[in-house]
Amino acid sequence: MTVPEVSGTAARPRAQTRPRVRASAHIRRRRRLGWLFLLPLLATNGLVVFAPSLANLYYAFTDWSGVGEATWIGLENFERMLADPEFRSGLWHNVQWTALFLTVPIGLGLVGAFLLSQIRRFQLTFRIIYFIPFVMASTVNAAIWQNLLDPDQGAGAELDRAGIGLLAGVSFFGDPDLALISVAFVDNWHFWGFLVLLFLAAMQSVDPELYDAARVDGAGLWRQFWHVTLPGIRPTLVFAMVLVTIWSFLTFDYVYIITQGGPAGATETAATVLYKTVFEYGEAGYAAAMGVGLSAITIVLLLGYGLLRRLGWQI
Amino acid sequence: MRNRSGIYAALVALALFAVGPLVVLVFNALKTNSEQTRNPLGPPREPTFANFEAAWERGDLATTMLNSAVITVGTVIGVCVIAGLAAYALARLELPRSGAILAYLLFATAIPAQLFLVPLFFTWTRIGLYDTRFGLIVIYWALFSPLAVLLLRAYFLTLPRDFEDAARLDGAGELRILRSIVLPLAWPGFLTVALVVGLFAWNEFFFAVTFIQSDDKLPVVTSFLAFTQNFTRDWGATSAAGILIVLPVLVLFLGLQRRFVAGLVGGLKG
Repeated sequence: MTVPEVSGTAARPRAQTRPRVRASAHIRRRRRLGWLFLLPLLATNGLVVFAPSLANLYYAFTDWSGVGEATWIGLENFERMLADPEFRSGLWHNVQWTALFLTVPIGLGLVGAFLLSQIRRFQLTFRIIYFIPFVMASTVNAAIWQNLLDPDQGAGAELDRAGIGLLAGVSFFGDPDLALISVAFVDNWHFWGFLVLLFLAAMQSVDPELYDAARVDGAGLWRQFWHVTLPGIRPTLVFAMVLVTIWSFLTFDYVYIITQGGPAGATETAATVLYKTVFEYGEAGYAAAMGVGLSAITIVLLLGYGLLRRLGWQI
Repeated sequence: MRNRSGIYAALVALALFAVGPLVVLVFNALKTNSEQTRNPLGPPREPTFANFEAAWERGDLATTMLNSAVITVGTVIGVCVIAGLAAYALARLELPRSGAILAYLLFATAIPAQLFLVPLFFTWTRIGLYDTRFGLIVIYWALFSPLAVLLLRAYFLTLPRDFEDAARLDGAGELRILRSIVLPLAWPGFLTVALVVGLFAWNEFFFAVTFIQSDDKLPVVTSFLAFTQNFTRDWGATSAAGILIVLPVLVLFLGLQRRFVAGLVGGLKG
């Protein structure tokens, strides 16, 4: 097994005089094997993701119903989409969802991670506890909060019995004014612990001397956070915000589980409208166009982020 | 030092926010329905395990748990094979244009499901993979492999090449090198991938709810949705079912988290 260095240097001239054909045949054989090893990956990805994505680009310009013939109708689906009140209202909810998610979970994640970075004892325990909701299934999380926020059986009713009537009879998921923010709250509860771990890892690689210098200058916790921590984790923070924005425009699970887009369309998002368009209205071509529109948002965000970084922006 | 207690108070408040609802779930699973209406949030006065039995029977958890186990194990094994081979090729077999492949994989982890859902659904229906567990597993292979390749490739690159090169000089084939030299060294990388992919597969909702319809094939996560809608009045049994669904994941996560961190701390010391 051992290859002494001496024999390595001694073998070099011999390797050079060796016939070239054999070496390149060896490399070619390894490359062929390499492609063979890649084949299962490329085959599954091609079958499930790549080919259907290309087909989707075509169907977006047709009146396809999902079965049978598809007739080319040009940009009709896209024109319809831009004027469709249901899709526009869904997208508007996505915008609100994005605003909520760029503030609440990002804020909780930053606060949680910063406080954790200040302590040693129990740091691991808190980290595990914060991460627990993230590993739990969405349908279970939804059921937990549907019970806790139930107008008759939940926390509001319990508080009312204790003399605090503030939340009594409030139907968080049934009131059109509250439903979207309530569903987003449940998703946020599930998600913020992930950001704590992400931010904490970034904070732990900030140079401790910067904190020492700030403390020598008399900076308290808040000023240390603002002047040392935030600049120190900026790349991670910006990346997290890009991801959160992308995911917010695709959000589906919690809305579909808790309200199915109701009451009266108050929680409909672009993704739930797309889902209804194909599985309830049977308009596969139109839904394909919506898919292209939604993916365009993702791609523009990713390309913009990549481009700015490449241009040397410190984000 | 003055503000240490303030920090701990804030951390405890966040911890209560994170697991308080889970504690209430456990309380409710241990209450009878008559106690539930009198005492909806507090700890049970006369704990009972009857709800778990009811949940297991009425939710047909024996079937759906098995479905989830089959789907999760099938996904994990498939992804480890598919991604292990691909990551080895990208890390060790000096492929031309491997940069382009890596860029595509990075991009593939970000492609929205909405871009390919519609044609995929009708293709799966046409070729008989719709409403089969295998059909869902194949979708998961494709969805989770790109991330697994990136993780495993990074792990392979940290492994020393000396043993492989020596074996190659001895004339061992690549498959044998992969099996008897790389795999024994790379198992921590595979364990990480298996945990992450297993968690995703067990909890996945969007494709599971779209591609599996028959009651006898549903995984627990989507069958639980039907359960909550059918038994809205029986919150005790619903809570018990919810606990049974998250329990395997929590046990695995809590158990391996400790081990993972112990390894990390030991590595820092060493």
